[in-house]
Amino acid sequence: MDFDTQKKLVIVGGGPAGLAAALEANRQGIAPDDILIIERDRELGGILNQCIHAGFGLHMFGEELSGPEYSGRFIEDVKKAGIGYVTNSMVLSVSDDRIVTFVSPEMGFVRMKAGAVVLCTGCRERTRGALNIPGTRPAGIYSAGTAQRFVNMEGYMPGKKVVILGSGDIGLIMARRMTLEGAKVLRVCELMPYSGGLARNIAQCLDDFGIPLYLSHTVTEIRGTERVEGVTISKVDENRRPIPGTEEYVECDTLLLSVGLIPENEVAKSAGIQLDRVTGGAVVNQYNETSVPGIFACGNTLHVHDLVDFVTKEAYMAGASAAKFVQNGGKFGEDDKDCGEISCRATGGVRYIVPQKIVKSTKAPEELKFFFRVDNIYKKVKIELRCGGETIKSVSKRSVAPGEMESLVLNAADCAKVYDKNAGELEITLVQNA
Amino acid sequence: MEQIYDVAIIGAGVTGAMLAHKLAKYKLRCAVIEAGCDVASGATRANSAIVHAGFDAANGTLKAALNAKGCAQMPELAHQLDVPYKNNTSLVVAFGEEDEQTLNVLLERGRNNGVPGLRIIGKKELHELEPNLSPDATAALLAPTAGIICPYELTMAAAENACINGCEFFFNRRVDAIEAGDVITVRAGEFSLRARYVANCAGVHSDELARMVDPDFPIRLIPRRGEYMILDKAEGKTASATLFMVPSKAGKGILVSPTVDGNLLVGPNAHEVSCKDDTSTTAPGLDEISAGARRLVPSVNLRAVITSFSGVRPTPTTDDFHIQPSVKAKNFLNLVGIESPGLASSPAVADYAVDMLVSMGLELEKKDNYNPYRTENGHMRKPFRELSDAEKAELCKREPAYGKIICRCETITEGDILAAIHRPLGAKTIDMVKLRTRAGMGRCQGGFCSPRVAELLSRELNVPLDAITKRGCGSKLLYGKTK
Repeated sequence: MDFDTQKKLVIVGGGPAGLAAALEANRQGIAPDDILIIERDRELGGILNQCIHAGFGLHMFGEELSGPEYSGRFIEDVKKAGIGYVTNSMVLSVSDDRIVTFVSPEMGFVRMKAGAVVLCTGCRERTRGALNIPGTRPAGIYSAGTAQRFVNMEGYMPGKKVVILGSGDIGLIMARRMTLEGAKVLRVCELMPYSGGLARNIAQCLDDFGIPLYLSHTVTEIRGTERVEGVTISKVDENRRPIPGTEEYVECDTLLLSVGLIPENEVAKSAGIQLDRVTGGAVVNQYNETSVPGIFACGNTLHVHDLVDFVTKEAYMAGASAAKFVQNGGKFGEDDKDCGEISCRATGGVRYIVPQKIVKSTKAPEELKFFFRVDNIYKKVKIELRCGGETIKSVSKRSVAPGEMESLVLNAADCAKVYDKNAGELEITLVQNA
Repeated sequence: MEQIYDVAIIGAGVTGAMLAHKLAKYKLRCAVIEAGCDVASGATRANSAIVHAGFDAANGTLKAALNAKGCAQMPELAHQLDVPYKNNTSLVVAFGEEDEQTLNVLLERGRNNGVPGLRIIGKKELHELEPNLSPDATAALLAPTAGIICPYELTMAAAENACINGCEFFFNRRVDAIEAGDVITVRAGEFSLRARYVANCAGVHSDELARMVDPDFPIRLIPRRGEYMILDKAEGKTASATLFMVPSKAGKGILVSPTVDGNLLVGPNAHEVSCKDDTSTTAPGLDEISAGARRLVPSVNLRAVITSFSGVRPTPTTDDFHIQPSVKAKNFLNLVGIESPGLASSPAVADYAVDMLVSMGLELEKKDNYNPYRTENGHMRKPFRELSDAEKAELCKREPAYGKIICRCETITEGDILAAIHRPLGAKTIDMVKLRTRAGMGRCQGGFCSPRVAELLSRELNVPLDAITKRGCGSKLLYGKTK
């Protein structure tokens, strides 16, 4: 395929993942002008720009920052380092031989050959259509993130009397935000018997403002011809089906949806990258490399994270790997030889694991990190990593919840053990009542 | 002095817009009066988007005569007006012997209606054509002339062509009184206009309008709602032809069809509703169409639904199109009960209506400067996403607004949206931009782009952001500024 220009490293997306990946690649020796961050929005920073609440950076900086403050630190570093970036620019496709096609009002239509590509395209919100909520189709139905943009970026109120469906973090944050701006948030309904959001957000965004959270409830009908006039709310049974006779009509002018995030992977699909059916993101190895050599993924495009701090850490790994790939002619180190791979299997209450596979080289690595989520709330569990019939590592937890991302780190000795097993598979599982 | 129109058309659905398009060739002063804020605001917006071949209607009916003729006109008309159309053929799928007997009836009926190329295919050929079809399917009636088209795109195109040829459009005017006479006065609240001839193309409300002129007008329209679901483009190849079940009394049954835009359409059911404008969806209805779709295509991926909607059909008590002057007013033409296959028939319905107007006394003289296209400059520019790489590069260089993607799911640029706002009958609301460009129709359903589209509308139309609506009237997006 033809191309017009080239770069050693192209980073698709200038949010927290893209910024951190670029900075780390630069620290690992890729010259700043050999890197290009391509950002769709008017400025760098991604979705953090509209997250004006505090709570970011506790793990990275030991302090509570707002979204723009958190991303601001990385943007400043990117600018100081002289790393290249373009805004208002959107990647249309990436080919499997790493030709990145993008458009920009300043640069026009560009086809750029990249030594390596890091996909940092974030995620999008699930919609009303995906839930298939029956009823009319009036104005006043917003995803929580869209409402957040209107309030925090444009300075307009998307509504005054609000019902929120879904207790994901953005929904919780918006319950508080809309209340502070003078709207009446009538209730938050959650289909599941537990919230998908962080415990601290339930306390700080709902409890502190007296906003009721209705667990095991959903919206079963939307009414209103021009603007939302009300919604019907029903209790659901253990199979998440509405229970007839429990319907309650609530008058409101706005329905906000916070019903889940889906990794944005249209660009990944254009490159033919293999996707994980559970995460919705790419299948990657321990280098954050996708099924297409030299294309890496990190952040919410890979799997939806709970905290941005973990996005940053993951992006550092991806940025470092991409730098190595470019510097070592498509290898990750001297020992990098094709010695087979170990696939990572999520079992017993673990929904997914990232990375999905470990590619083996001649020597065991110094460290392996696994990130995963569980499928329900569990109390008093052991998280175990098993390989070849042996429990390599076991960690006890008082409780685990789907809303929080879990991790497990293997040290050099544990990695060596996994290697010695010569097994094609490892598993991470929950042992209950331990 | 007040001008008198030669022809006033009530309703800018596909029937009214197509009539305006057909009349645009002649030296006539025409107007279209529409209750909604846009063309295609009623039954035209929400239907199966099928160009039916014409084997459904009973022999000898007006429906039968006009469907096959309309279907035959569609490919050329679509090309001339830049409307995406695909001749994807249709299959009426039989499950067992009883159904197969019905196929023979349909075949015979279709041949009598003048539908070309109809034939019944056996199980083997059927499954080769449609590998995802249920293994229980035993045979099918293949209609090679059937196709798919976007109904509101066709309507916009016809209306825009009429507009550039001088037809005037009045939106947000729901006609509430008609005074007959040699010159008819049509009123909508404070608004009124006078015309020598009036064509009633008011869709689900056309019987009520007919009764404003003739209280004894006998035909009643029974609103029958049909619910649909649209699936993600990833599922668009589930079927290549439009797959119908064998029809029953209630209608053509649930179908599974690709759309011209590459999505998959599933639906409709058919249930009488009390209100003609009730386009809500229901949980049992969505379950019903899901079950119907699974019967045709067991593997259909209903988790990939991106939206659901419903439309209300104007089903007449007479079960046929009625295109006749009112018995009480010889210059008032009723087009009543134009339900399915009203979309496929629309070009022929309009031709028939023009002939009828002539028989009612309207004189036609061809214009010398008639423009047969959709824009002043001939064919419309293709949307950015349909251009080749070289064309994209050239356009971005010339007009940087095309280098700025607003809707990322559907790859719609700022340039595309500006063009939709500034073209004839241009977009004024979020939904009007959506219908003209597809911005907001993708998998995020406007989550990312709707604030941007609102901003562009605000800037280009020079109105405050909180005055922008979803689809006119009270459908406002925002409730003023934050604190």
